This record gives sequence, structure tokens and C-alpha cells, in this order.
Amino acid sequence: MKIRLEICCGTTCYMLGANKLLHLEDQFPPEWRGQIDVSAVPCNDVCNEKESLRNAPFVKINGEWIGNATPERVMELLAAKMQEE
Amino acid sequence: MMNGAERIRRELLIRLVREFMAGTLEENIDRIPLDMRPRGTTSSRCCIYHDRAVLRYRLMAALGVSPQEETDELKPLAEYLREISPEKIPPYPIAVCEPACNGCPDSRVVITPNCQGCFARPCTYACPKGAITVENQRAQIDYTQCIKCGKCVTVCPFKAIMKTTVPCEEACPVGAIRKNEHGFAEIQFEKCIFCGKCFAKCPFGAVMERSQLLNVLGAIRDGKKVIALVAPSAQAQFPGTIEQLFSATAAAGFSDVIEVALGAERTTEHEAAEFVEKMRSGQKLMTTSCCPAYVQLVQKHYPDFAKYVSSTPSPMKYAGQIAREKYPDGVNVFIGPCIAKRDEALRADDIDLVLTFEELGAILSGMKIDVMTQPPWPLPRPAAATARNFMRSCGVTEAVLEEITPAENLTLNTEFVDGIERKTLGKLKLLTMPKSEVNFLEVMSCPGGCVGGPCSLIKG
Repeated sequence: MKIRLEICCGTTCYMLGANKLLHLEDQFPPEWRGQIDVSAVPCNDVCNEKESLRNAPFVKINGEWIGNATPERVMELLAAKMQEE
Repeated sequence: MMNGAERIRRELLIRLVREFMAGTLEENIDRIPLDMRPRGTTSSRCCIYHDRAVLRYRLMAALGVSPQEETDELKPLAEYLREISPEKIPPYPIAVCEPACNGCPDSRVVITPNCQGCFARPCTYACPKGAITVENQRAQIDYTQCIKCGKCVTVCPFKAIMKTTVPCEEACPVGAIRKNEHGFAEIQFEKCIFCGKCFAKCPFGAVMERSQLLNVLGAIRDGKKVIALVAPSAQAQFPGTIEQLFSATAAAGFSDVIEVALGAERTTEHEAAEFVEKMRSGQKLMTTSCCPAYVQLVQKHYPDFAKYVSSTPSPMKYAGQIAREKYPDGVNVFIGPCIAKRDEALRADDIDLVLTFEELGAILSGMKIDVMTQPPWPLPRPAAATARNFMRSCGVTEAVLEEITPAENLTLNTEFVDGIERKTLGKLKLLTMPKSEVNFLEVMSCPGGCVGGPCSLIKG
């Protein structure tokens, strides 16, 4: 089954670092090719709360929202998911 | 590349706009430092209390108040907020916040334990002052002699010598920031060219912008006709197209959005005509004038050179004129990546307020406006491609080159300064020498042009 990575491109996430995630696909190792569906999605209000704003930017991996989404962290999480598959 | 200082600054602006939009800013502004650093979270400084204190000063600066002006540490931010009036604009665009300043140790050259006390000892030969000796198989520097030239650093085969720096002092091209008697950074505004390099480079985020964000939000709330003048460098700052960004800006409450590139068209036209005229009258050199930090550099540090600087108004000023003609009662807000524009705007009749791309981003974010989902803005006429390209280094030259017709029979010998540095003044002096062939010089304070501005969202 394909892994689904959705990158939030709402203004908040974008300003707080999501812009760096948009080209994350270029960093994927060759064996990941075709295994991960990457898309940019509009704001889902995940950052709406005073607490959650601290954790922006957000990505969604297989339906689960993940905060503090730095390129390194997302790559690690994707690697873990690939292992599971 | 974003860093922690930038992240905090942006998050704080977003919170400020959110509270403003919810109508709870006055009630909650003093709580924002606690929201950002609640108990139990990890601190970026020694403790969350220091973090919170600095956040409070950051909020003060976001309200346009210099942290240096504080007289009562217990004065609530809500009170500063009540004192904001649309006409009250900070006299300087930046300020140092002492409680945030690290008071970095003075720059010096140090021999690290990596020194092997080698046989060749190139450091002792490279030093022009003979300040390095080797004792007990370890190089030593006589600091009464050392001039910090760094020659020893480059020759050491073990990379065992390093030069420590004070980032703000290192970044400042004009020596306008240095430590005061308390050991904290201080800006000498009579020297400062507002290039924003110290602001961008301080790893403690101690150089703060004095924002006009609340002036703009207040004008919109009060139902004034607020006009956004968006700099050409807005391209690629946000997701989506420039037309979508304009729609988003209008959705935020701006009555109209005008491309500053339209002003750049007028600048090009006038600058080309001015150049032809000046060359005809026997002047040998003319420089651009659209970068306000460069204009300040000449005015404050090389006034004899001012005669070479074009007298053509900048794209911002022309765009202000266009807006004023269309909306005589409007509030004109320039939006760009620049700190020096705030200073230029203080003396520009047709520019009332200045915002940065970061602040525009915070407004859109705080109002929950996504650029990507906006319809394209119906531009009455898109600006010329050459005018839209003004924000890149050489963009002005290219536009002016295109404008000058071959019939003028003038040869352009162009030169660029792609980022003002310490040696820039020397370069300008060389251009006044009789043997210099250069007749058109473009100067951009930021490397790469405005796109590399200190307040851009995406650098470069």
C-alpha cells in the first residue's frame, strides 16, 4: 500500500517552515520512488489552538497529523513507515 | 534557511494578528509570552522566564516601541497598545533589545588545542606583526601585537587557529553597531544605513524591527481606504501565483493592491533619460538610487559621491504617486522585504506605512487566508517583465539598458555591487578615478538584490 504524505501549505505552516518540505521528494532514496504519494494541501486548522501553533508546520502521514514537521523528522517518519510496509 | 530566531519572530506576529482579529488583543497581549513559553516547555535561553521577558520586548517592538525606551518594567503591553496611533510612526526601523543581547565576547584570534606545535610553523611566518611564537610545542599569540588579520588562520595546516566573531559587528558594513559601556550591542543611528544585516545575522535575535503592523491593522479596522503597494520581490515568497497573493492581500482588508513594478516602469523611464542627459552633459558616472540602504551609505559615509547617484525616485515612491492619484484619501502601505524602506518612507510623501513580507504573511495567517486557494487578482495591466525583475541584482541595469535606444549612441559600461560590504566604499572610490571606464553602476545592499532582503520569507 502506498504511503500518503500531505504537506500543509496554509499560510501559517508555510511561514513556519513548510516551504522547505515542498521539495522533500527530491531527497527520497531511489527505492522509495513510486511508494509515497506526496501532495500539498490547504490549511486544516490544526494550528488553530494556542498550544498547537507552537508545533506548526504540520504534515499528515497516512491520515495522522504530525507537528514540528522539519524535513529531517518527516524523512525519519517516512523511513519508519517504509520499514513497516 | 529559517532559524530559531526567525521562527519565534513569525510565530509571535501570527499570535498578535490572531488576537487582534478575535478582538482580544488588549486583553491577551500580556499573555502571549506565556502562551509561547508555558511552564514545562524547553527554553531557548537560560530559562523560560528569560524567554518570556525577551518575548515581551519583542512584542513591544512589534508595537513599534523600542525596548530601550522602557521606563517601567511593569508597564503592561496593553498600555503600549493603547498608545498606538496611526500617525505615530517609529523614527528608526530597528532597535537593540539589551535583555536579548548576548554581549558576545570581542572578536579575537585563538589558538585551539588542535595546535600540534609543528615544525614548519607557517603561522609564525604568516603573521605580519610577529605576534605568534611557539612555546612548549604550542603556538601563542601576543594580543598586544595581534591585528586580527586572520592570515595565521588560513595557513595553519591543522586548522587549529580560529577567529571568533561578534556576528552583528561582523555583519555591519559601516561599523554602526558596537558594544556600549555595559557590553551590549548598540546602534549608532548617525552611521546606520538600515541595511538590516545585523538584524538578519544576530543569533540571539537581539536586533528587533520596530513594526508598523498595528498601525496598518488599525487603519483597516477603522474602515480607512488602505492601499497595498506590493514590491516585485513578492514573487515566489508565498505559495501560489502573484495574482493569488494580491487576492489574498485584498481579502485581508486592503481596498486595492498595486504592483510596485508599475512604479519601477516609471523609474526605468526616468533613470534612462537621466542617464542619457548626464552623459551628454559630460558626467562620467551615474549610479542607481532604488536601494535605500545604498542611498544612506552614500549620504552618511561618502557624501562627495552623492552627485553620481541618480535623482530619479525609487519604484516605491512612484508607486505611491500612482496610488495617491487614484485614491487621494487612501493610506498607502508599501509591502516588501526591506528594513531600509521604512526609513526611506519617513521622507516619502506618498508612502504612509511600511510592512514586510513577514508581516503580510502574519496578517494572512492570522486572518486564516490561504494564498493557494485564492482566485487570481484581476490586474488592470500586468507590469512589464523588466520592471518586475527589478528586485534581482542587475535587474535595474537590464531595464535601463533596454530603455536606452540605440539611437542615443551611448556605450554602457556597467558594474554591479551585489551586496554592500565593508569594501564597497573603496570600490566606489575607485570608480571616481580618471581611468575608470564604468559609467553605470547598480548597487544593491542585499546579495542577489531585494529577493535576498532581511524580511523576506523565502531567502534567495
